[in-house]
Amino acid sequence: MNGSPRPAASPPQVALLTATGICKHFGDFTANDDVSFRIGAGEIHALLGENGAGKSTFVKMVYGLLHPDSGMFEWRGAPVVIRNPQHARDLGIGMVFQHFSLFQALTVAENIALAMPPGESIESLSDRVRAMSSEYGIGVDPDARVHNLSVGEQQRVEIVRCLLQDPALLIMDEPTSVLTPQESEQLFGVLRRFADAGVAILFISHKLEEVRSLTERATVLRRGQNVGTVESRKKTSKQLAEMMVGMAVGDIERREQGVGEPPAIFEISGLSRDRETQFSTPLRDISVVARAGEVLGIAGIAGNGQDEFMEALTGEWRASSAAMITVDSHQIGTAGPARRRQFGIGFVPEERNGHAAVTSMTLADNALLTGHSLNNVVRRGVIERAQMMQMAGEIASEFDVRLPEDNPLASSLSGGNLQKFVVGREIIKRPRVFIVSQPTWGVDVGAALFIRRAMLELAAEGSAVIMISQDLEEIFAISHRIAVLYDGSLSEPVVAADVTPESIGLLMGGSHSMDEART
Amino acid sequence: MITLSPRKTIPLQLTLLTPVVAIALTLVIGAIIFATLGYHPGEALYQFFVAPISRPDQVADLFVKACPLIIIASGLVFAYRANVWNIGAEGQMILGAMFGGWVALTFPDLSGWVMMPAMIAMGMLGGFLWAMIPAILKTRFNTNEILVSLMLTYVAALLIDWTVRGPWRDPMSFGFPLSPMYADAALITRVYLPGFGHLGGLHWGVIGALVIAVAAWFVLARTLTGFQVKVMGDAPRAGRFAGFNPSLVTIMVLGISGAAAGLAGMVEVSANMGQLQPEISFGYGFTAIIVAFLARLNPLAVIGAGLIVALAELGGDSAQIALGMPKVVTGVFKGILLFMLLAGETFNRFHVRLKMPVTAVREVSDA
Amino acid sequence: MLEQLLLTVLMTSVPLIFAATGELVAERSGVLNLGVEGMMLMGAVAAFATAFGTGNIWLAIIVGGLAGALTGGVFALFALGFATNQVATGLALTIFGTGLSGLVGAPLVGHAIDGLPQITIPVLSNLPFVGALLFSLDPMAYLAVALLAGVAWFLKRTRGGLVLRAVGDNHDSAHALGYSVLRVRLLAVLFGGMMAGLGGAYLPLMLTPHWAEGMTAGRGWIALALVVFASWLPWRVLVGALIFGGITIMQLAGQARGWTVPSQFLSMLPYLATIAVLVVISRNREFSLANFPSCLGRVFHAGK
Repeated sequence: MNGSPRPAASPPQVALLTATGICKHFGDFTANDDVSFRIGAGEIHALLGENGAGKSTFVKMVYGLLHPDSGMFEWRGAPVVIRNPQHARDLGIGMVFQHFSLFQALTVAENIALAMPPGESIESLSDRVRAMSSEYGIGVDPDARVHNLSVGEQQRVEIVRCLLQDPALLIMDEPTSVLTPQESEQLFGVLRRFADAGVAILFISHKLEEVRSLTERATVLRRGQNVGTVESRKKTSKQLAEMMVGMAVGDIERREQGVGEPPAIFEISGLSRDRETQFSTPLRDISVVARAGEVLGIAGIAGNGQDEFMEALTGEWRASSAAMITVDSHQIGTAGPARRRQFGIGFVPEERNGHAAVTSMTLADNALLTGHSLNNVVRRGVIERAQMMQMAGEIASEFDVRLPEDNPLASSLSGGNLQKFVVGREIIKRPRVFIVSQPTWGVDVGAALFIRRAMLELAAEGSAVIMISQDLEEIFAISHRIAVLYDGSLSEPVVAADVTPESIGLLMGGSHSMDEART
Repeated sequence: MITLSPRKTIPLQLTLLTPVVAIALTLVIGAIIFATLGYHPGEALYQFFVAPISRPDQVADLFVKACPLIIIASGLVFAYRANVWNIGAEGQMILGAMFGGWVALTFPDLSGWVMMPAMIAMGMLGGFLWAMIPAILKTRFNTNEILVSLMLTYVAALLIDWTVRGPWRDPMSFGFPLSPMYADAALITRVYLPGFGHLGGLHWGVIGALVIAVAAWFVLARTLTGFQVKVMGDAPRAGRFAGFNPSLVTIMVLGISGAAAGLAGMVEVSANMGQLQPEISFGYGFTAIIVAFLARLNPLAVIGAGLIVALAELGGDSAQIALGMPKVVTGVFKGILLFMLLAGETFNRFHVRLKMPVTAVREVSDA
Repeated sequence: MLEQLLLTVLMTSVPLIFAATGELVAERSGVLNLGVEGMMLMGAVAAFATAFGTGNIWLAIIVGGLAGALTGGVFALFALGFATNQVATGLALTIFGTGLSGLVGAPLVGHAIDGLPQITIPVLSNLPFVGALLFSLDPMAYLAVALLAGVAWFLKRTRGGLVLRAVGDNHDSAHALGYSVLRVRLLAVLFGGMMAGLGGAYLPLMLTPHWAEGMTAGRGWIALALVVFASWLPWRVLVGALIFGGITIMQLAGQARGWTVPSQFLSMLPYLATIAVLVVISRNREFSLANFPSCLGRVFHAGK
């Protein structure tokens, strides 16, 4: 990473914010258990933890969106009860959310005005925006309507919105999840300038390399508890991951490719898709082949065509010519999802709530969702209910899905368990081709490991696996070959063992060739 | 300040209790409103809910009144489960009656074996076609089906008004807007059981309604078609992922609910009136919406819900005679009942608490 | 004769202007209230009863507005307080309002009242043609346009209007910023109810000075379509209302001119025109989506 690291700060003399013994329960679920924490002026401090560890809950309490059940906050040494976000802002705490809280139909200036106390005119606000924007090198136009801006630009609006309130503490929740490595580096430069100016930055992330590069200290939360505060650069990523998970993170065995090229099972040639709405990405002449026994990892930052590509693969969007997608030399580019499944293809889309599964229905019904055109589950239009329940039970037991009762509603399963079910629902059919997008998004470490192992086993049996993932660590963990999706174009696949994450990162940011990336 | 937090599981007792409590509260609130307006509340409730079935032979009347509600609501359940808001059942009913009447009036000499099936088919066709207008506009142009189907209700009412006063008016009716009487073959007769005789005014249409409700339940609960409808309503994206076609489902559910309403219209005219007149729907198309909600969109429960709402309808008649209340007052009960049912849904799915507004921002639950 | 016709067009459009402007505000905050018909009828019966009982027209107007607001409050209790399905709740409100107004109005059928007085604006009303048409109207007509202008200014230029638009665009973000989504929506719904009540009140107070069950005859539904037609912009509501006013009285005009088309078909015109407008609007997404409140009809749950 470029840029010299900031010298490690000595433990802060003047603690800006101190949290002591913070507890928060939701019903009988403990989100934060006796959490203590401190951050000083000018310090860049990371908050690490898995999904569900309590990071979001904690920062929401710092920002006044939630109130602790017990424990105390101190701001600049004085005890304080943070009543609501407005109060937090008055104190000098600003927050940039992971999922932007912008108003699409309004202009940038109007968006910013809503986050500020009333009284200032839009015109004067616009002037301040322009001034700040040029001072810190963040290009933001006050008169633009937000729905016309790119994701990176929208994030900058969020940041400017925070900065105009002159915060002493800036909280950022997973800010780089939508940025390329290069944009992230740019953001880090901006954040370092703020820190030099005395602003404290609390940085939530799960990207361990980033945390080590940007921050001085990191606090790890696990199951609602603070398991330790460390100096970021004195630990390796592996050590940080172990603190987060609480167990040694086993390396996953990846069967290396044998000599010679295995047969191509699934072929995409010249797949193009027009841009359909202002926010969609066109697909540009994508051609790639997935081979028997391999995992093809498709890396890329969100918003570069993954959704559109996945829809083209599942058949939710049909190509203009059947020849664009072939499986075992059957042309299926214009076939719908049910028909594609009959050719032995299984799909798992990114969103499990409402797309891969219907949360209000039982697991048996959800098994029917992708199984209705296969086997004998539907006879003359009538559903064989006993058979569906049995199938659901088999999936649950084979894929370690923890059930609260027999045939429960999908909504009563945790994220990780539902994902195991949705993945297992397809893999249990031993598909020829298995296509999945974000297989372990929002899933706990144990379930993620299980799912990745299942995919590797399927590949080892001779199937082709295509995995679209924004998580570069995951891509490198299990892919045999890697291609990068950038702005609707797919790069030439390379063997995973031959490249580094940095070179893939460059492709994710738009470099045009692997040669450029390898230098 | 009302605070809602989602329940983890929904206790069965609660789901069964909710409609009961809803009905009870409706009665109470209705009574209060009547009292405020100067009517004696006990008297009003008695006229509404007890008087209409105080004599055994009146039970058959209840079923007769419920007949169109059950047929229409059975069809509406399909549409609403698919999240397609067919509000035009009233108009579809009218078109069905007109199409059925066209058969009866144009071919008065058809034999019974041909006449009734033909009228049934045409009745369903009329409602189906009228529902196809919002269906096609929705699937092709993404036009909102609520307003379109509703506007068509007014159009249909004007259409039958013109028809009955104009081209189809009975020349022998002394200027009254009535069509000629249907031939006997076109009438739906009363049920006759050997040994029991006639069961009050119960006619074969009622039997048909019960059969339709059961058939609707079976299709919705046990067939792939029903599954498609439910998935499309709950999670359209999952439906497309499953390979279901959203436009097809929309057209299908509007077609089913339209055909059912059309059938109900044809049945009502043939069973109760014997001829076409300007007013044949009496708001049943809208009342059936309430029946569908009271039944919680379950076709089997539609039977019971239909009977309960039919009681209120009969009650409106008797209250008009006994107390001089206008017919439209049943709308008060029906409206309140629907409010209570909707609130009941909320009680089912959430813990409801009253909190003093200490903070301006709600507590949020987050993983 | 033409003057008389145009005057009737203007007056026929007044209830639509009231009701559509009110519903527009509610919808911009993200609430779809299909109960406009019910709120209008409650306003109508309340205004008529007051005018008949007290002879005070001004009081009648106020009571009509209040009745509409209260009826809107019932909707708010369920749709906002209990987070019920907005479509079904709106329908319930229409059925309830139609029924209750019929019940309340039963003893009033057959009676008549004096209508609103004319207000002649000095000087301007002496202009030829335009003077008699635009500047000698009744007070409620002027009120309708004044409120419409007020709403346009409020939405575009005030902080309150900005917050309301934000709530309708993204209620989760508004909540995260600390704004009370439910309070904003409650106020919007109550305003919408008041406007619908005023629109309904205009019918017995000015257009046809008596009470009849369901006398709005679907105007509430047309007002809903008008909001879509206007793509949620206030001044377009005025244009739409005038057009629909014109179509509505075409039936009278046709009869006066001895057209041979049966009256029922002429009466169908407003409803068919509404459908045509809806189709055109929904086809042209760019035109309609510029100001579309993204949260329209979606239930707000803190914590989602």
